[in-house]
Amino acid sequence: MDWTRILSNVAGELIAPTTAAYALAAIGLNVHFGLTGLLNFGQAGFMLLGAYGFAISTIAGWPLWAAVLVAIGCSVVFALVLGIPTLKLRGDYLAIVTIAAAEIVRIVGRSTALTNLTGASSGLRGDSYKETFQELSPFDDGTSTIGPFTYANNASNSWWVRIVGWALVLLACLLIWRLLNSPWGRVLKGIREDEDAVRSLGKNVYGYKMQALVLGGVIGSLAGVVYVMPRAVQPDSMGRPMTFWVWTILLLGGAATVFGPVLGSMLFWAALMLIKTVGRELIPSTVMRAEQIEQFGWIVVGVTLMLLVIFRPQGILGDKKELAINVR
Amino acid sequence: MSAETTSTLAGVSQEPGAAKPDPILVADDVTRRFGGMTAVDVGHLEVQRGAITALIGPNGAGKTTLFNLLTGFDQPNSGRWTFEGRQLAGVPAAKVSRAGMVRTFQLTKALSRMTVMENMRLGASDQPGERLLQALVPPLWKPREREITAKAEELLERFKLLEKKDDFAGSLSGGQRKLLEMARALMSDPTMVMLDEPMAGVNPALTQSLLGHIQGLRDGGTTVLFVEHDMHMVRHISDWVAVMAEGRLVAEGPPGGVMANPAVVDAYLGAHHDTDLGDDSLLSDEVAEQLEAEAEAEAEARSHGQAEGPQTDEGDR
Repeated sequence: MDWTRILSNVAGELIAPTTAAYALAAIGLNVHFGLTGLLNFGQAGFMLLGAYGFAISTIAGWPLWAAVLVAIGCSVVFALVLGIPTLKLRGDYLAIVTIAAAEIVRIVGRSTALTNLTGASSGLRGDSYKETFQELSPFDDGTSTIGPFTYANNASNSWWVRIVGWALVLLACLLIWRLLNSPWGRVLKGIREDEDAVRSLGKNVYGYKMQALVLGGVIGSLAGVVYVMPRAVQPDSMGRPMTFWVWTILLLGGAATVFGPVLGSMLFWAALMLIKTVGRELIPSTVMRAEQIEQFGWIVVGVTLMLLVIFRPQGILGDKKELAINVR
Repeated sequence: MSAETTSTLAGVSQEPGAAKPDPILVADDVTRRFGGMTAVDVGHLEVQRGAITALIGPNGAGKTTLFNLLTGFDQPNSGRWTFEGRQLAGVPAAKVSRAGMVRTFQLTKALSRMTVMENMRLGASDQPGERLLQALVPPLWKPREREITAKAEELLERFKLLEKKDDFAGSLSGGQRKLLEMARALMSDPTMVMLDEPMAGVNPALTQSLLGHIQGLRDGGTTVLFVEHDMHMVRHISDWVAVMAEGRLVAEGPPGGVMANPAVVDAYLGAHHDTDLGDDSLLSDEVAEQLEAEAEAEAEARSHGQAEGPQTDEGDR
């Protein structure tokens, strides 16, 4: 068994653009769930809208900054549309509405009526919207090797995407750290514990929940942009499973912590890669075929999530004391 | 009972809806129906400024519903009320609170997974850092945060919770949570506090200190309206008592006199005619001292238990 190759594959996942995108999406979800207690089951919808907004406006010839603003704008509108009717109701309603709304975004995006705009179910090809982003790279074309990792400087799956993706993750962490330790974050935590108590203290709970929903959604849309940089915009690859992986990552790392989502994303993708590559080496094809091993990896993910929620609900970085308190 | 407020209320007629010399809260024709059931139907109610008014009545009399309506946590089917001359009907709860009328809850709403200190800080008003963009720039809110913290420490000291300030609120006893909730409500210097059953589930020693705090509030100029079942408490500390039954205001008067009112005896006491509701002897100094001693011993035993608790906890972390 070629352990160096397996290990370098696994290590590559730690810094992959996809890992950064999921970390970013989980940070956004952390604003919703970890800080405010909002049950958003439509994070993939925010990501897909961000990806569409960015790709479509770039294809229309808009510059990079404008395309990013469009991506952000889409998620703000989406958050408002979701929040206005539901944030005054009990938390479960938001969960139902968000999961449905994310599906609506995906199904509308893949409908043939919008073929000219979204490319329907085949989506938007990567090279149709990546140019402005790659032009911004300060590196010359070619490939660079750092340690065991060799990637192109500027192409799809490149160092440039990794650098920008992880810089965004870092910025988002900084933002969350600042907000978590501010009076604003304190109000959100109060809302997570008991809305009525916070209301009785003179805070506009609805307004705070809306701010949290929008902020988390904006971070989610940026995650969507990072996610589609090394690939194409494929509506069907950004459906419900994506939302649940983001949830798994958040719970794995620890909700309401600053670095939980980042650690969660790294562990999630590295572990998945490890299971798959080791499985391919060890399990003979008479027992499981390659594509079955792929499925098997996801089964392990599901079981892990169950075990996690049962035995370590606070995640890896969460404060056990905080969760151990009986909420009455 | 302070002599001053008693004398200002001395001339007030003892009938439901009586006019007060200086009302802070005036409510008219407030009704709330749940399906076919009329939970609240109050024709006229005035609450005297700077006094402790008790709202009593049997279970299901609509006391808490009236509380929820007045504080904006529920919407009435009809009615209007003013607080310090300002119309408050239909105003959302957060704005009612900012107007200076802060409430507590029957089932205590301590924010369990936040520390006692964070609970207190949340009660403060005018913290610029509670705005999203300002929160990003600490110099804009740190000075106010220091003021808030100082004030919170002062209040916690007064309510004997200071040594608990870094504990999670969820680890406090029921009575301590009541104290915390009341202290938190005071962070914004309200002109009126609305206490929904402040004594429920509180042990006798804490009851004594809670009573003291409520009287202290009144003496500091804050108006207090509270819902209570325990008649000893009502007699002991309130300046005025309003009695509700089946959603209506059936009697009003000073605590001594209102118990003798036939309407109260009829509506409120019902079958328990012979129960001694206002036995002041229970609150004589002797008994109070004994209760306090007992509770102190209990509190000490608890603090020992708690000191050991977390250590064993530490072991498996």
